[in-house]
Amino acid sequence: MEEILSVFIQEAREQLTEMEAGLMRMEQGDHDPETLNGVFRAAHTIKGGSGVVELTMIEKFTHVVENALDKLRNNEISVSDDLISAILNCCDHLNALLDLAQNEQTEADPATQLKGDTLANQLRGFLGGAVASSAGASASAPAESTASVESEGGGKTMNDCWHISVRFSRECMKNGMDPEAVLRYLLSLGEIVHITTISDALPDPDDMDPESCYLGFEINFRSHADKAAIERVFDFVREGSELHILPPYSKVTDYLDLIAHLPEETMRLGEILVKSGALTQEELDDGLARQQAGSAAAAKIEGGPAAPQLGDILVGQQMVQPEIVEAAVTKQKQISEKKADEARLIRIHADKLDQLIDLVGELVIAGASANLLAQKSGQTALVETTSVLSRLVESIRDSALQLRMVQIGETFNRFNRVVRDTAKEIGKEIELVITGADTELDKSVVEKIGDPLMHLVRNAMDHGLEPTATRIAKGKPAAGRVELNAFHDSGSIVIEVVDDGAGLPKEKIRKKAVEKGIISDSQALSDQEIANLIFEAGFSTADKVTNLSGRGVGMDVVRRNIQALRGTVEVNSEENVGSRFVIRLPLTLAIIDGFLVGVEKSSFVIPLEMVVECMELSATSIDRNYLNLRGEVLPFVRLRELFEVGTEKPPRENVVVVKAGGRKAGIVVDVLQGEFQTVIKPLGGLFRHLRGIAGSTILGSGEVALILDVQTLASLAATAEERTLAVAGGRN
Amino acid sequence: MSKAESKTAGKAQVSRVAIADDLTIYHAAALKDQLMGHVKQHPAIELDLSAVADIDTSGIQLLMLAKRECQKQGKILSIVAHSPSVHELMDFYNIAGFFGDPLVIPASAA
Repeated sequence: MEEILSVFIQEAREQLTEMEAGLMRMEQGDHDPETLNGVFRAAHTIKGGSGVVELTMIEKFTHVVENALDKLRNNEISVSDDLISAILNCCDHLNALLDLAQNEQTEADPATQLKGDTLANQLRGFLGGAVASSAGASASAPAESTASVESEGGGKTMNDCWHISVRFSRECMKNGMDPEAVLRYLLSLGEIVHITTISDALPDPDDMDPESCYLGFEINFRSHADKAAIERVFDFVREGSELHILPPYSKVTDYLDLIAHLPEETMRLGEILVKSGALTQEELDDGLARQQAGSAAAAKIEGGPAAPQLGDILVGQQMVQPEIVEAAVTKQKQISEKKADEARLIRIHADKLDQLIDLVGELVIAGASANLLAQKSGQTALVETTSVLSRLVESIRDSALQLRMVQIGETFNRFNRVVRDTAKEIGKEIELVITGADTELDKSVVEKIGDPLMHLVRNAMDHGLEPTATRIAKGKPAAGRVELNAFHDSGSIVIEVVDDGAGLPKEKIRKKAVEKGIISDSQALSDQEIANLIFEAGFSTADKVTNLSGRGVGMDVVRRNIQALRGTVEVNSEENVGSRFVIRLPLTLAIIDGFLVGVEKSSFVIPLEMVVECMELSATSIDRNYLNLRGEVLPFVRLRELFEVGTEKPPRENVVVVKAGGRKAGIVVDVLQGEFQTVIKPLGGLFRHLRGIAGSTILGSGEVALILDVQTLASLAATAEERTLAVAGGRN
Repeated sequence: MSKAESKTAGKAQVSRVAIADDLTIYHAAALKDQLMGHVKQHPAIELDLSAVADIDTSGIQLLMLAKRECQKQGKILSIVAHSPSVHELMDFYNIAGFFGDPLVIPASAA
């Protein structure tokens, strides 16, 4: 595929994601114009890009969407759930069109074409048929919007500029902020079309403090910046200053309100506004006349129920303003920060990155062998040099791995849409809460975790959360809550899917498990173990099979997928409170810091992050499989017995205390050999079913060492211990 | 401030005041006294600002104050010469109309 096309498709997909995110926020009641602007910009970018790569099918379709968004922006149509849904469907269709483009198809097949037409017509329905000739070129879009403004008539002014009204604080010059500097800075955002300096506040000479500022300005300002950006110009002089900013095409009443709020006389201000081009004389006269008529009428019906006065509403709005402004400012900051970020990003092919990682892996191995030889040679200078070298290799390894780290946020954000659509489909109110979206993990892991996560989230929505009526009856909030959390925990990343639904029915699961022969009736299981039975193959307790889940395939697939990533999944659940699925994944799949241990002549590697401490195994605990670790019971496994290596026990054995999946265990070995950079080499398919071994690596000497699967060993130790205890308990 | 000098030129009542100092906040207090002093003493003042190297908002403010005071008392204040920086700032603030003087830039500075 042509490179420009593939770049376009990738970018278009990103823009679509952004659009979707914006639309969802709008649906949830975000009225920030910047959100709508963001959505519009995204659509516009897609349209522009598709024009460049000559994908007319996408260009035409996006044009319709852009039109609708433009109308929204001009307040000609209002936001409704139906409209948002329609636009979201259009986003889906655009994705489908992009798929076609990816397969180098430049024309939509009839079915897709039909779907697109239907969607476009549906969207046009919202526009009130005003855009019959919508398939025109992009250049016509601005012209359309101007025309519509004219037809608005009396309500809005013709002024296409911002109007900034500022009265500087008395103190600003004393604080070193000259209004001139502030206004000059304003020029960086646009053009001052007209400025009027207001000196009415100047007191009599005797009272006048020459170092105070008494000036104010009425500025007609042409700019594409948004309100927050303009306001930020005045940040430094904000305290004590009076600042009003009216957007382009503000209502006449807004201007009247502005006049009323300023200290100067009405007529004089009116004149200034007319002179500066903010208002036309007719607009001003008309507005003032109406205001007077309104107050006269209000005076007549004195004592009657007070009609809501426009002024009051506007004053009310002004009270709200600071928060909106605050939000807009933060939003704006985020956007500009993101933009700055983007500028520092480069796109490279994932293959190149993988190749780099491979090479670094080889470098690590070669470094280790050089190190070994240097030590054998006994030349101090050589040892020193190689140790510097290996430190550098370590840094290279870390930064190379860092390159592959991506934030999980993108994966999480996909679920916003999934949750929204599913909620509508199954008629439940569901709220999705995402935390830790900036947690980083290996790209290859991120790619593979999407499907299992999707399954868990769908399960939570369908099985976990009760129907709204049931929830209300139980005294829970009507809207169900699904949480996605991610965080780092001792060398692994933890992803949680939490719901506040009904929880897992333990008795039912147990019964079903017995029915299916997964457990025997007499088997004593902890609550935790029962809950985790749902990951067994062919297990489903749902009474009815729905479209979403409940067919009994899935949870075992989820577990298998996660295990393939060297991760684990488990569930904690409390009936009527909710369930928490916890996925633990290793941070990276390629290179780790290892801890080398030996049994007889074999070497094993334990991931260093999981090692808590090492100690000597005391003779007293020699015939048991647990020891007393400062008052804590620590179960352990003996590698010698587990892997049946060696014959004679050495006089001294060591215990490596490891922590995995929230529990501690001991691994008994002969010797501790210290830290070792481990390049993970996967085991061949033949060894896939090997328990307790996660992979292999090559030592500096060229020998192979096996990497221990600490997770499995730890649970092995724990269950072995529990079993012994259970047997002992049964005897009593 | 001592550089600013007052001399009677041509017609007896019109006093010409040349200001050579910066019209900035650092001199604002002294400037105010000086300007107000002139306003009090003379019925008509011609301000020569051609030697003003630097002017800021406080300077503009003082000039506006002086102008307004003169108007109130029926006196005349006209600025007969602007230095480039004065011209520029007056332009920026769009207040040439307020003073009603032709903006004259000395040939040397233009």
